[in-house]
Amino acid sequence: MTIDLVPVWTLILGLAVFMYVLLDGFDLGVGILFPFAPDDASRNLMMDSVAPIWDGNETWLILGGIGLFAAFPLAFAIIIPASYFPILVMLLGLIFRGVAFEFRMKAHRARFVWDHAFFWGSLVATFAQGVVLGSFIHGYRVEGRQFAGSMFDWLQPFPLIVGVGLVFGYVLLGATWLVTKTDGKLQHWSRNKARLALYAVALFLIVVSIWTPMLEPRIAQRWFSWPNIVWLAPVPLAATVIAAWLWHSLHSHREGTTFLAAMGLFLTGYLGLAISIWPNIVPHSISLWDAASSTKSQAFLLIGTLFLLPIIVMYTGWSYYVFRGKVRGDAGYH
Amino acid sequence: MHLDAVLLSRLQFAFVVAFHFLLPAFTIGLASYIAVLEGLHLFTKKPIYLRISNFWIKIFAVSFGMGVVSGIVMPFQFGTNWSRYSDMVGDVVAPLMAYEGLTAFFLEAGFLGVLLFGRKLVPSWAHFLAALMVAIGTLFSTFWILVVNSWMHTPNGFSMVNGRFYPFDWLEVIWNPSFPFRFMHTVTAVYLTTAFTVIGVAAHYLRRGRFVAESKVMLVMGLGLATVLVPAQALLGDLHGLNTLHYQPQKLAAIEGLWETRGNQSMVLFAIPDEAAEANHAAIEIPGLASLYLAHSIEGRVLGLRDFPKEDRPPVIVVFYAFRIMLAMWGLMMLITVWSWWLGLKRRLYETHLFLRVCNYAIPVGFVAVTAGWVTTEAGRQPWVVYGFLRTADAVTPNLSSGDVTISLVMYALVYAFVFGAGLYYLFKLVGAGPALMEAPELGADKRPARPLSAADAD
Repeated sequence: MTIDLVPVWTLILGLAVFMYVLLDGFDLGVGILFPFAPDDASRNLMMDSVAPIWDGNETWLILGGIGLFAAFPLAFAIIIPASYFPILVMLLGLIFRGVAFEFRMKAHRARFVWDHAFFWGSLVATFAQGVVLGSFIHGYRVEGRQFAGSMFDWLQPFPLIVGVGLVFGYVLLGATWLVTKTDGKLQHWSRNKARLALYAVALFLIVVSIWTPMLEPRIAQRWFSWPNIVWLAPVPLAATVIAAWLWHSLHSHREGTTFLAAMGLFLTGYLGLAISIWPNIVPHSISLWDAASSTKSQAFLLIGTLFLLPIIVMYTGWSYYVFRGKVRGDAGYH
Repeated sequence: MHLDAVLLSRLQFAFVVAFHFLLPAFTIGLASYIAVLEGLHLFTKKPIYLRISNFWIKIFAVSFGMGVVSGIVMPFQFGTNWSRYSDMVGDVVAPLMAYEGLTAFFLEAGFLGVLLFGRKLVPSWAHFLAALMVAIGTLFSTFWILVVNSWMHTPNGFSMVNGRFYPFDWLEVIWNPSFPFRFMHTVTAVYLTTAFTVIGVAAHYLRRGRFVAESKVMLVMGLGLATVLVPAQALLGDLHGLNTLHYQPQKLAAIEGLWETRGNQSMVLFAIPDEAAEANHAAIEIPGLASLYLAHSIEGRVLGLRDFPKEDRPPVIVVFYAFRIMLAMWGLMMLITVWSWWLGLKRRLYETHLFLRVCNYAIPVGFVAVTAGWVTTEAGRQPWVVYGFLRTADAVTPNLSSGDVTISLVMYALVYAFVFGAGLYYLFKLVGAGPALMEAPELGADKRPARPLSAADAD
């Protein structure tokens, strides 16, 4: 009995990574916006708007990381060491901002310490994730079954640019989240920040979309060869339409659609990335099938995943439902 | 000594895992203790159990939160520093680790929120059920992670193709030879860690005349568990040792400090092992005793380290002393337990100040014992990462320089010292506040966040 489970695991892993980017993306974005808020009351509201859900959001990072290890161990064994320092910095950043949520509320004199920890942790973790993404698209030096580059291969213009781009991307998610979750002065401020972030994200998306095919001829061929160009044109078109929709909803003072549109923009970017690297999981050398663990390993884990993953998804939905509506100053977090 | 990338990576792994392990070593037992308290409250309706439970739930929340945060680092260590291990062994160990992660999140998602915030939202039987599920969940996590660990000591149920490990029979992988012994020994150890923390905190209050009623209950419950588990641990540890003798004889030889293969082996109480001279200095020994408990006769032959090639021997000094530290901690626990029987008979358990002081200062015994035991078994597995099949030196990420690892190790050390220092300070504050007059936090109309650490807001 040999069933090809690679497509199933590709979908599960793709979902886990995308869930992580969307969910932790907006709460990291709120952390980056944090010190620039108009006043201390706004800062408390911002923190309250993500406090109950951030740790649930981060579970997707573990599921993504450990899922990659279990389903595609070879990819794990190349991508993770190649991202040695970005991952180190990301983990330390996430630790700082994670405990900042708690210790900020408990500290009196030392509160400014945890304010800094929240901002810098969020910023550094986001930038590091962008660098990981950038060096992923850029591709790795691989010999045999191992990463053959140095631990500083990520120190190149393209990964660093993507790092900065992702900071603006998460800021866009964070700001549109705040538009939906707050009102009055803070909402007005968030809308302004979302507009600025949208301009920056559009610019970075254009730069990265032009730069990526130039990095790797196979990516250029994927997008620009006939008839692919016809089939794939809807992706950049959709991105353009969604960006325009987001711009419009920010200007017409809509509340619910802005966050939705920002997520849509991320989805088009994610799809674009998937199209560029398919069928590889280690760009541009190792395919999903070459990196996959044995069917026995994938099947063994699939049983538990199919049982537990829906429950985790349902619980996530429930906790957002409990926490629906605008955050108020009297939300009792202090 | 030249610090190469392998040694530094080992130090880094030891550092982050030791830090992480201290937290589950405490919270696994604490989860069960809370479940027992909740059960006692449900069936006796005595409010004192509720007060004690609420107190420990707050401590649990902070410890569990720090355990989660430090746990996020762990899976990435295998990729960043041990990528060849990840590639070669991933098919077998990664799904098991994934089960550990899934179980932990399933538990956190489903029941932790109810335990921490649901006291007034759900009926008391449901709250007890949540506590029970959290306790069972922590044991499931322990199960999976010890399966991985045991498999690396006594690999089984796999086949090797081109130097890579493939699962052949999952049941054999899971129920590998050292697993049942390691699981029993470890669970007992972490229960004792919690028991002596509870005993110590109760003694701390009794010495100062605070929360006397609650402290008496905590002291008796802790010592009651110790009465059963401290002697039992001697038996379980012995069984685990015999299992090690069978499957990892050079580790056992290092533990016992035995160099020569012979009958009439002495039990080495203390010595300074000399790896170059292949002998012990300043040894204090009991002749024949090691043969007696290892081979069950004085003439029984037990392997010594000289029978193994030097490149296959573990670092003897580390294993030898770590084991003795663990044993000394057990001795201390046994002493306190027996002393408590004596004082209990004389009805002077709560009044003997010296006893309470010793209990108070003995809070770290379990943590030290667990860490020392872990060092014994892990250092004893060296030079192998998968015993007999994959050497640690062959598992490390290629072209990782010692400079790279030095930077990351220093950064982990600094951040952990700062962040966990703050967490520890906060735990001390919670113990200082004590169990009196505390309302359970709730996820009520104010939509208090359902997060572990925030359950512990005391001010």
